[in-house]
Amino acid sequence: MPELQLFLDGEPLAARPGQTVGAALTEAGVTSWRTTLRGGRPRGLFCGIGVCFDCLLMVDGVPNQRACLTPARDGMELETGTSTQTRPDKADTDDTAPGGVVSGSVAAMDGGAEV
Amino acid sequence: MELPRTVDVVVIGAGAVGAACAYFAARAGFRVAVVDRGSIAGGTSSACEGNILVSDKEAGPELGLAQYSQSLWRGELAEFGHLWEFESKGGLVVSAKPATQAKLARLAGRQREAGIDVELVDGPELVGLEPHLNPNMAGGAYYPQDAQVQPMLAAAHLLRLARGMRATVHPDTQVTGFTRTGGKVTGVVTGRGTISTDAVVNAAGTWGGAVAELAGAKVPVLPRKGYVMVTEPLPAMVRHKVYAAEYVDNVASSDAGLQTSPVVEGTNGGTILIGSSRERVGFDKSFNPRVLAEMAVKAIALFPFLADVKALRSYSGFRPYCPDHLPVIGPDRRTPGLWHACGHEGAGIGLSVGTGALIAASLGGGEPALDLAPFAPERFNGQAPGHTTEAAHA
Amino acid sequence: MSRGAALFDVAVVGAGPAGLAAAVHAADTGLSVVLVDAGAQPGGQFWRHPDEKAGLDEGTDNHPVEAAGHHDWKRFADLRSRLYAHEAAGQVAYWRNTQVWLIEPDAVTALGLTPTLDVPASAPDGLPATVRARHAILCPGGYDRQLPVPGWDLPGVMAAGGAQALLKGNRTAGGSIAVVGGTGPFLLPVATGLAAAGVKVAAICEANSPSGWLRNLRGAVRAPEKALEGAEYAAALARHRIPYRIRTAVTEIHGSARVEAVTISKLSADGSVLPGSGRRVACDVVALGWGFTAQLELVLAAGAETCVDVDGSLVAVVDGRLKTSVPGVSVAGEATGVGGASMAVVEGELAALCVAAESGAASAGAAGMGVRIARLQRERARLRSFAVAMHRANPVPGRWHGWLTPETVVCRCEEVSYGELCSAHAELGAGDARSLKSFARPGMGWCQGRVCGYATASIAAELAGRPFEGPAAAADLRSMAKRTLAAPVSLGQLAALVFDGPDLETPDFAPPATDKGHEP
Repeated sequence: MPELQLFLDGEPLAARPGQTVGAALTEAGVTSWRTTLRGGRPRGLFCGIGVCFDCLLMVDGVPNQRACLTPARDGMELETGTSTQTRPDKADTDDTAPGGVVSGSVAAMDGGAEV
Repeated sequence: MELPRTVDVVVIGAGAVGAACAYFAARAGFRVAVVDRGSIAGGTSSACEGNILVSDKEAGPELGLAQYSQSLWRGELAEFGHLWEFESKGGLVVSAKPATQAKLARLAGRQREAGIDVELVDGPELVGLEPHLNPNMAGGAYYPQDAQVQPMLAAAHLLRLARGMRATVHPDTQVTGFTRTGGKVTGVVTGRGTISTDAVVNAAGTWGGAVAELAGAKVPVLPRKGYVMVTEPLPAMVRHKVYAAEYVDNVASSDAGLQTSPVVEGTNGGTILIGSSRERVGFDKSFNPRVLAEMAVKAIALFPFLADVKALRSYSGFRPYCPDHLPVIGPDRRTPGLWHACGHEGAGIGLSVGTGALIAASLGGGEPALDLAPFAPERFNGQAPGHTTEAAHA
Repeated sequence: MSRGAALFDVAVVGAGPAGLAAAVHAADTGLSVVLVDAGAQPGGQFWRHPDEKAGLDEGTDNHPVEAAGHHDWKRFADLRSRLYAHEAAGQVAYWRNTQVWLIEPDAVTALGLTPTLDVPASAPDGLPATVRARHAILCPGGYDRQLPVPGWDLPGVMAAGGAQALLKGNRTAGGSIAVVGGTGPFLLPVATGLAAAGVKVAAICEANSPSGWLRNLRGAVRAPEKALEGAEYAAALARHRIPYRIRTAVTEIHGSARVEAVTISKLSADGSVLPGSGRRVACDVVALGWGFTAQLELVLAAGAETCVDVDGSLVAVVDGRLKTSVPGVSVAGEATGVGGASMAVVEGELAALCVAAESGAASAGAAGMGVRIARLQRERARLRSFAVAMHRANPVPGRWHGWLTPETVVCRCEEVSYGELCSAHAELGAGDARSLKSFARPGMGWCQGRVCGYATASIAAELAGRPFEGPAAAADLRSMAKRTLAAPVSLGQLAALVFDGPDLETPDFAPPATDKGHEP
């Protein structure tokens, strides 16, 4: 079966035709490809079926794509981290002790629980 | 929690305005009980953007209240700012056409005279302030004092602080009537019991008219529906609260039909909030995607990159507005014992703390920091709701 | 209905077992059908299979590679070939890789469509912004229900269905040693699938006891075929030497950059963790599933009534013809109550035939169709009683919150911890799920509460000291499940509604080009 050649942050990544990007990464031993905004925690595949949006990465320059749904294509450029990761203010958004008072600085100020 | 039998002040409504009234009243030494038919910050406070704006207000009593509120948010409440994510992000009003810019410049001049920090900016300067803004703008005005809070946290924390000063908070407690003695309101009847009280503050927001009605008082508060859209998280693309100059006209208008004007702002979480819409459709909560569509068209005109950005969710709520677009604040001379603090339209979060402080001062019989006459509940006597002129913003 | 019709008789959303059956049977009766599915090929989660064009499928519908690990593959292969035939004949317009972000029920229901992927050239050619149909049959399916556990956000921890999707769709196993945990019969195919792929399954942790489903299968229930299926799994467990631990749960997951081990603990009858019973098991894959959550956003957006089912899931309220409370909108499959693929296929056909009968479809053949509908209704009742027995045997442990720590992440998207939810309740007075969401943001992120919705609603009840049941539970679940936008949609696409929204445009019936890889 012909192998596909993708690039993960510029490094070659092999995939089989018909595989998703998420599967190709997993098979290559890559289990996480972004870190979270608040805690800087590593994330990769979780639901595996497009529901949880944990496995987001940049695909061919398009941010926030679900690796679990995106079919691998030859020459595809993958970039780790969601775009929000590069925000300079990420460091000061992680200053809450769990169990403490719910502090404003942890949230994102896009309120509206009402739908 | 059990309802108290007797308190000094019952505040009806646990939104931002009610919470501010409770906070300042408790701090003034009153024993306060807050009742709400729903949950804490469950009404308009949970369906807005948390604006603390001076930019959208014509010189006049509302701007005065906004300035007073700013002094409180930035003054004695500053120590709690982190709890409700107070952010002084600054507002940028932009004009697409030279004629609009000329009008905006005149407004800015009047605002500056009233003490507002405002700086006119030309097209190239706009791009410096907002690199991703449509470069074909005629100009704008920058308002460094415009700020924002997370409204639900503001209300909840003000109530938490009030509880620390003996206040009690009772969600899921609907007011069904009042007890009166010789015309004076002396108690609040709820689905869970009656509370005797010296004073009642109607901070029921959009439902303020209905609450007043229970006391036989007329306050013409009507709902004006609005939507907000939230995008996917992105790197910082929008630095300020950016909106088109036409927004100011829409705020002041009483047109019943759908009006949209673009309001775009980034958040710390990376999402972008997009407004705004206004329509008078009663309390109809149904979702109308065409309103979002119009908002999207206008937001893209302001920030072209938004065309490829995804909306993740939207929410809608009802602004409580009065025919003259001014809130109702102060004692109701027609109904002794009843105070009003409602009808703040789209400015309730920003104006909440000023309103609370004024109400607390008035409850104590002292001299409030601002003249309450323009906000007097009786000012509508003889006027039917919705049949009024543009007094406030003429 | 002719090809040139301005609108479809039936719109089917979802091409899993229910949607596939609904689309095929509706088309069989002569109705024009538009089928919209987020996936690249039919089958949904249950019949997920490798890329049909990637060479794994060598041209026959029963190819052993494609069918590997699948139950009921023949039924799928039959439905699929009928679907492709209908598509080739122009009877079904089948939009792959397409999500429905908007539903507007009316005399004619309009659906707003958006590509599943934004990667360049991934949008289906000629995808219309909207499609319109006289009837909508929503078959959105479901996904694994999750209960947060310390460390569940570590890479290597997956939803049980996710681990299975990697296997079924990609032939990829996520690691070498797995622990499968949660409750319900679905854990078995996941575990045996992993084992068949060469993964050592160190344990299946089933939170409930053998008085649960295995016993129910021995004839007490009216579903002998399920007993057979159960016996096959039992044999597979023995063959692969997979320890099946009952009244046991994964109560902590360890690791730094990825999962390295789990703690499994015994549960008492009420679901609380037995102190001191924990033991550490090394693994690099954890697959978790606590039953299923029905995907309800379109049902809710349509304004249809919902209720809490026996398993605690929010589901659509439907009548015997699978009609919702909203005229013109039917629901089939897991969204009417989680019941598995066989029941979903029955419901898909039932919904389609009821719509056909109502529409006076050409081949309705009055009497014959009535008989068939009655038979499907009986079959549905039989399978439903089995599903109910399964749900009763595999409840979410009532005291599951006991294994949470203040640091445990509940909302993965917004990284909201259990401690923050406790504070939102204790300090800010959040008494329900909606208030928790307002003050602490669970459910506000990318997935919009799809993953943490059940847990947040359950935690809201626990914190408020009320049982998680009845109308209050339904309200909490609804507040976490209601989404005005059923899928993310670009502002550009949203803006297009102003110019060519459903009110202004009547799209022509234009089936997409048939995929050349398929022989109908």
